[in-house]
Amino acid sequence: MKTAIPTFPLNAWYAAAYDVEVVRKLLPRTICKQKLVMFRQTDGRVAVLEDACWHRLLPLSMGTLQGDELTCGYHGLVYNAQGRCTHMPSQETINPAACVRAYPVVEKHRFVWVWPGDPALADPALVPDMHWNDDPQWAGDGKLITVQCDYRLVVDNLMDLTHETFVHGSSIGQRAVAEAPFVATHGDRSATVTRWMEGIDAPPFWAGQIEHARGYRGKVDRWQIIRFEAPCTVNIDVGVAETGTGAPPKDGLPGDRSKGVNGFVLNTVTPETDGSCHYFWAFARNYCLGEQALTHRLREGVSGIFREDELILEAQQKAIDEHPDHRFYNLNIDAGSMWARKLIDKLVAAELPVGKVIPIRPAADLQTPLNRA
Amino acid sequence: MKSNSTWTDALLASFEDLTPSVREFRLRPEGGVLPHAPGSHLQLEVQIKGRPHLRSYSLVGEPDGQTYRIAVKRLDQGRGGSLAMWQLPVGARLRVSAPQNHFALDFNAPAYLLVAGGIGITPLLRMAHTLAQRSAAGGRPVRMLYGARTTDELAFLAELQTQLGEQLRTVVGAAMDFAAEITALPAGGQMYVCGPAPMLDAARSAWLAAGRPEADLRFETFGSSGASAPQAFRVQMPRHGLDITVPADCSLLEALEQAGVEQLYDCQRGECGLCALDVLALDGTIDHRDVFLSAHEKQQNTRLCACVSRVAGSITLDSAWRPEP
Repeated sequence: MKTAIPTFPLNAWYAAAYDVEVVRKLLPRTICKQKLVMFRQTDGRVAVLEDACWHRLLPLSMGTLQGDELTCGYHGLVYNAQGRCTHMPSQETINPAACVRAYPVVEKHRFVWVWPGDPALADPALVPDMHWNDDPQWAGDGKLITVQCDYRLVVDNLMDLTHETFVHGSSIGQRAVAEAPFVATHGDRSATVTRWMEGIDAPPFWAGQIEHARGYRGKVDRWQIIRFEAPCTVNIDVGVAETGTGAPPKDGLPGDRSKGVNGFVLNTVTPETDGSCHYFWAFARNYCLGEQALTHRLREGVSGIFREDELILEAQQKAIDEHPDHRFYNLNIDAGSMWARKLIDKLVAAELPVGKVIPIRPAADLQTPLNRA
Repeated sequence: MKSNSTWTDALLASFEDLTPSVREFRLRPEGGVLPHAPGSHLQLEVQIKGRPHLRSYSLVGEPDGQTYRIAVKRLDQGRGGSLAMWQLPVGARLRVSAPQNHFALDFNAPAYLLVAGGIGITPLLRMAHTLAQRSAAGGRPVRMLYGARTTDELAFLAELQTQLGEQLRTVVGAAMDFAAEITALPAGGQMYVCGPAPMLDAARSAWLAAGRPEADLRFETFGSSGASAPQAFRVQMPRHGLDITVPADCSLLEALEQAGVEQLYDCQRGECGLCALDVLALDGTIDHRDVFLSAHEKQQNTRLCACVSRVAGSITLDSAWRPEP
């Protein structure tokens, strides 16, 4: 039996929902091809269960939530937040095997993180750092979009911002991005692409931001530092500073960005199926923190920019599906995404079964005493 | 979590006697070992008196990627499955199911108490290992109570001592003090029990007496252990004009099937309750070995689970069959 190599590892924390999505209602969602039902318990903690009744597999999300317990909408079996059945109709006891899977869950940086793999390995310390999303030094908000493409295509997209020039020409794109050199580096779990563009005209979006925040109109030093953390989180440090004020790092020391505006584009892309993903993003800024209207405008603005990506990614997925044997020819600009893919591949390979198929010899061939005990 | 019905051929690669009555078998399945979580078991097809029977055995220890490990207690007064296993030579082939799990470990509890009686250690062995490793890495304490009739019947004792250290308490030839252990278990902690029915009953009583939620008591039974040793008993079923003796090595369910009484059943471990029969009259005592009937239903003696429960004396039962009008 030939089985395809999975496109994602299971032993990882994946964002399954934005904090505000999980309320006192049953929320069904598929992540990593596993059907989940989520709800918020009365004490505020999130519970995540397998979305299938132990008895007849009806999705539990079609049932009802009462207190911290979920009642199946078919025969009324009741489950607690740990997935253990607590009521069985028409009998005085509860079958000891009646449990649905309860997933390890952590709520952090405004996301509900779920571990779909071996629960024994679910260490909360491994949740990716996206603190800009709920840090008082930063202001922002974001959204979830479900994209009909392999989550790795979104990672590819984020790891190479050359595309800004051509996809997002009216906002953040400019020729300088496509022409500036970049440096791609990697560690054991992360890959980083760094690009500095010094003494350039700011693109329309950033020209507006630095003028609004600092009243500055002139040449800027622009940066994009893209950091991928396996398997699917990409945090991008972006911004512009008044040119010549020392923003770029020098001699291994961080630069002085005090005459600039800084944003973080936070992205974590959870596989839904092999051909679709839940793309959670946020944009956080370190300037004009009290301006709620700016938060709103930026969220809607970025949302428009990402819609441009969505069109490209879904069209690309369709083209890939139409050319199943096509192998990509990679360019220099793909270094960041290639490091990211290597890191993903390593995590996937570590989960492949080690046991090889061992042919069974007939018992008669074995020269073994009948009973060695 | 869900049952499945994928079967494959396996080769008996080796075996080793762990105690005078517990033998560990390594089975090498065709197509490789499938991943399985703590608490999982295999179903095997064993030949008893020339006929295939299904038996379930917990998978023990960490998977080595090559073989499934099971440990089988030899029950000379059992229904024949363990004796059939003990007669297998190295190199024998048998049918095995994919691993199934009816005793899943919830990794989210704040603390754990594992309770094993005799061969009931098998599903708890890997739970102990996994939880001890996590406990050592910080938090979520785990303790184990492990009882047996004699010291030399404490299978896997050395490895449990290494993994659990002070957190392992063995009890030999005596009743376990459940109350004290349950009191010491932090709030929200879960208790996992596998052992003979009387031990499970005692553990459950202590758990409920301590005011602990029933949902936090998790258990698995092996359905072949009761308050007394199996013995032959007489069964009458007036609706079928039936008067038979159930031999000591045969379940009531099997005996009635052989006598032509159609019945419903599923788990054959005393859990699902599908095989429960109405008791019309009883001369003697019922050894209720199921976990389907509640304590007071068992006291009433109005029903019994035919797959596991037995009688000392004689009993008159009714079936679900009604003649067409």
